[in-house]
Amino acid sequence: MSTPDDKQPVKKICIIVSRGSLDGIYPALIMANGARMEGIEASLFFTFFGLNGLANKTLDHMKVSTVGNAALNMAMPMLGMPMTMPFPTWMGALPGVSAFATSLMNREMEKLDIPPVREFLELISDSGGKIFACKLAMDMFKLKKEDLMDRVDGVLTVGQFYEESAGAGTHILFT
Amino acid sequence: MKKNIAGTEVDVNEEGYLTDMSQWNEAIAAAIAAEEGVGALTDAHMKVVRYLREQQAKGAALTIRSMGKSGVVTTKELYDLFPGGPLKKSSKIAGIPKPVGCI
Repeated sequence: MSTPDDKQPVKKICIIVSRGSLDGIYPALIMANGARMEGIEASLFFTFFGLNGLANKTLDHMKVSTVGNAALNMAMPMLGMPMTMPFPTWMGALPGVSAFATSLMNREMEKLDIPPVREFLELISDSGGKIFACKLAMDMFKLKKEDLMDRVDGVLTVGQFYEESAGAGTHILFT
Repeated sequence: MKKNIAGTEVDVNEEGYLTDMSQWNEAIAAAIAAEEGVGALTDAHMKVVRYLREQQAKGAALTIRSMGKSGVVTTKELYDLFPGGPLKKSSKIAGIPKPVGCI
């Protein structure tokens, strides 16, 4: 049985972003921004392919992953078709399908007032959220701090990220 | 339910948001601000509050993004003015419903 005493508020959320597709990064951005709106501290730690969302050269051109995505039928209502309409996974590999799915999703998100990636990162940064890049992944992908968008608060090792996450009431989420 | 705020009997929901924005006045705003830990309301606070009421009257959906682009307040200022819940607390003080969006 849960009692009112059990309801300790979430004080801080640290989200590890490891995927670099548009659909891989947006949930993390939405959760971080939503946390700040509730007065919860938020930090984002971009690692591995997640760095695609911080690199100046790539972050404005992120794509929806259509290959191996067995749930693309969910996008059918955006085209006025039922969600149950099958979308065979092999079709996701056809030229142009990812670009089309991306433009479709961007259009729907704009309607819901969800900003593009760069503006979203700026919004989170303005709201006091922190944005970090993983040092190891930076080394692996030959990226330097100056290759990343200007709101990045720092390049951290895993140990530093855990230090940054310290405190009772902190939750760490991997996406 | 009914609640007496700053000497006025108003209708509120279970979270304390006014359910009828026409019952609002500045004394009520000040009382809710004190209760929410926002402190004394300055001109900057009131600018936001009045903008929120205008938007609500128009039926516009309020988001943190649209507030930042309103020209009334920047995102940073909004967070500074209403610590711990920029849109939630400002809406409560403005006597309008709690924002329902996720953005």
